[in-house]
Amino acid sequence: MWCYEKRLQHPIKITQTNPKIAQIIISQFGGPDGELAASMRYLSQRYTMPYKEVTGILTDIGTEELAHMEMVCTIVYQLTKNLTPEEIEKSVFGTYYVDHTLALWPQAASGTPWTAAYIQSKGDPITDLHEDMAADGATV
Amino acid sequence: MSERPCKKDLLNKINMVSFAVDDVKLFLDTHPCDEEALAYFREFSRMRNEALKEYAANFGPLTVDTAVYSCSDVWNWTDEPWPWQEGGC
Repeated sequence: MWCYEKRLQHPIKITQTNPKIAQIIISQFGGPDGELAASMRYLSQRYTMPYKEVTGILTDIGTEELAHMEMVCTIVYQLTKNLTPEEIEKSVFGTYYVDHTLALWPQAASGTPWTAAYIQSKGDPITDLHEDMAADGATV
Repeated sequence: MSERPCKKDLLNKINMVSFAVDDVKLFLDTHPCDEEALAYFREFSRMRNEALKEYAANFGPLTVDTAVYSCSDVWNWTDEPWPWQEGGC
């Protein structure tokens, strides 16, 4: 069970649009080391985690990653909000716009769609924690 | 309610104390008997609940549990802007 809180973990107020930066930032949403992968990694692994402290921390960090995902999506949304067709056409966001307009869709910067293949959930605590350290270490 | 609080200041306070609660919660998951962390949690959790209640009473609810304190007679959850929108939290 989850409850939504109607605020961002940290406020985001972007006033200057920039499709080029949005094309890069979107990887932190739907890329291999993005927030969607992070939350799905933790929230999938927790069921078979044999230590209650670790189950707790996987649950609470996995939840916080969802809040991070919301901030990243907000950044992309605000960076591309109200762009004109001309601005979109001449930017790197043009090919994205063909399929998704300015909607948020989880993909990597390369255009590769988000996939569960980005994460691992193995049922072995050492294996899963190594997976988590490798994935979160990539974003540090 | 004596004086209407500043919306921006109150939201900043909610964000700040909530971050403290989130962080100490993670610490407590692996240090459940740490007295100092427990005291910190209790203090900031109380401040967070009070601030959320005050926000709901003045500007509309940010959580379902504080919707009961809402300043509106109707369900105004969808009236205030969403967090990614202009004027949102």
